[in-house]
Amino acid sequence: MKPVLAVEDLTVTIDTRRGPARAVAGVDWAVRPGETLALVGESGSGKSMSVLAATGLAPRTARVSGRIHLLDTELTGLPEQRRRRLRGRHVGFVFQDPMTSLNPVLTVGRQVVEAAQEHLGLTRRAARSRAVELLDLVGIPSAGQRVDAYPHQFSGGMRQRVVIAMALACEPDLLIADEPTTALDVTTQAQIVELVADLQRRLGTAVVWITHDLGVVAGIADTVAVMYAGRILEQGPVDAVFGAPSHPYTRALLAARPDPAAGDADLVTIAGAPPSPLDLPPGCAFWPRCPVRGDARCEHEMPPLVPVSAGHQVRTFYPQATDRRD
Amino acid sequence: MSEVVAALDDLAVWFPTAAGVVRAVDGVSLQIRRGETLGLVGESGSGKSTTGLALLRLVDPTAGTVRVAGEDVTRWSRRQLRTLRRRVAMVFQDPQASLDPRLTIGASIAEPLIVHRLVDGAAARRRRVDELLDMVGLRGDLADRHPHELSGGQRQRVGIARALAGEPDLIVLDEPIASLDLSVQAQIMNLLRRLQRDLGLTYLFIAHDLAAVEHMSDRMAVMYLGRIVESGTPTQIWQAPAHPYTAALLSAVPVADPQVERDRRRIILSGDIPSPVDPPGGCRFRTRCPQARPECAETDPVLAEVAPEHRAACLFAGEAVRAMRAA
Repeated sequence: MKPVLAVEDLTVTIDTRRGPARAVAGVDWAVRPGETLALVGESGSGKSMSVLAATGLAPRTARVSGRIHLLDTELTGLPEQRRRRLRGRHVGFVFQDPMTSLNPVLTVGRQVVEAAQEHLGLTRRAARSRAVELLDLVGIPSAGQRVDAYPHQFSGGMRQRVVIAMALACEPDLLIADEPTTALDVTTQAQIVELVADLQRRLGTAVVWITHDLGVVAGIADTVAVMYAGRILEQGPVDAVFGAPSHPYTRALLAARPDPAAGDADLVTIAGAPPSPLDLPPGCAFWPRCPVRGDARCEHEMPPLVPVSAGHQVRTFYPQATDRRD
Repeated sequence: MSEVVAALDDLAVWFPTAAGVVRAVDGVSLQIRRGETLGLVGESGSGKSTTGLALLRLVDPTAGTVRVAGEDVTRWSRRQLRTLRRRVAMVFQDPQASLDPRLTIGASIAEPLIVHRLVDGAAARRRRVDELLDMVGLRGDLADRHPHELSGGQRQRVGIARALAGEPDLIVLDEPIASLDLSVQAQIMNLLRRLQRDLGLTYLFIAHDLAAVEHMSDRMAVMYLGRIVESGTPTQIWQAPAHPYTAALLSAVPVADPQVERDRRRIILSGDIPSPVDPPGGCRFRTRCPQARPECAETDPVLAEVAPEHRAACLFAGEAVRAMRAA
């Protein structure tokens, strides 16, 4: 099946007062209909920026290069107005804080269908009944009444459902979910994860889910890309990446979480902190923190992404090497 | 049994608001023993943070008592509270917000030393600051930096150094890892455990992250809507939860294993946590409990023993969880 959204050699450089910051460097990924791609990484890894750039939402100070295909259209070089129309018609967004997407002084019903009215040309009456339908679809009880309520009258989890309804209003081919459950309690997170999975099964929507939570990734993703300092260090089918993690960083991330099934030993840690995008090391960006730390090549040369199994790639000179601290 | 460092007895903390009286904590009893970590876990609105604040008297109890090192501090005066806040220290979630941006790191750590008159003279204070920085794994030259020059993990280490300064009997850790990156969370958890082993510290570890609480704690308590609904050892809670809320909470925690995630059956709770202004009568969890029965609306269950050290506040403790899992 052809990808809904695909990026090739995507690079994003942001001009800051302290110089250019390379937020994303040569990233390739694709997401197909009905499929979920999880982009996982710590803060500053470029996971959000790569998606914002791919959908034309990068900040003005960002310079974006590479190829971006949305369905059959190459987006790079397209006039902003065209891009905006394509985005509005085909892509829905859900961000971490629902209040950044909601206007506090408008009823949720109006907001849910605002974009649909513009992009699908619905009448007022049709728009209202579509709003009720959408709120019902995302599991808001008594949607017929709640359609006239304001955002502050909803709990955090219910607000995120409203935002999901809003994102689905134009029946998008692609849903971008940027840390949509990070601000929610774990029982509410379970509700939202279940909701998105269910909608995806029914509507066939492709999903790009950005998160730092490997547990969430394991539950939702078909494919996963692990990002660090603007680059993908490992990517592939979720079973391959979790079952046979081949980059020292992926292995370290998986080991850093406490596991109640494991003993009482101290956690495996990664020393130090991620590098600043203003001051990246010349070779592998993870080298200064890497438990394997091969040799001078790691320090001076960026390793290429190499295949380790079907669809599973890793950016290291030493795939499968044993961590020295083990 | 070892000495009790701090104890809450039937503590209530209510806040009057425009919408009515918020019963943030509504009848909590717990004991923290010297050298242990008591983990307190719950979702937002459960009252776990307010419970921690009450131990420092940073909120005023509406009812019940707060005891620290054998003394009833419930009605202590402002002057006495200064002593209390040396005995009980706190580490907050956001080290950015809890450090004064204008003070150097050294000055921030020296502040409790000055306030509590612990070290006399600038040179001696500087030596103590260096020692504290070393204890939390920071280089001495960071003392001259400002908070914005540090990473999130380094700032949290400074927060811990400040808490250690007064050699407290108890450290309340309120979501100390929640705003940190994954790789840094593990560093901070290891540091806290090492400090506890080396210095014999006592912790109240408050978090919404169940796996972290399980890892850090000797005993743990689960809060829901201002009450403790279950307490026990992490193994008891994790392997044999007796309260339906605990079981639902555990089943909602994602596991970083796609195979496990595909095969597991989640207990999805319906709806949201009710308002603490008007908690349900009877059992507070009954409005969301998949196993609620008519009796649950009539009786407010007390924490009762289900096994040694393991207690649950449910009329059908154990039985309800078995029924939920079979459903």
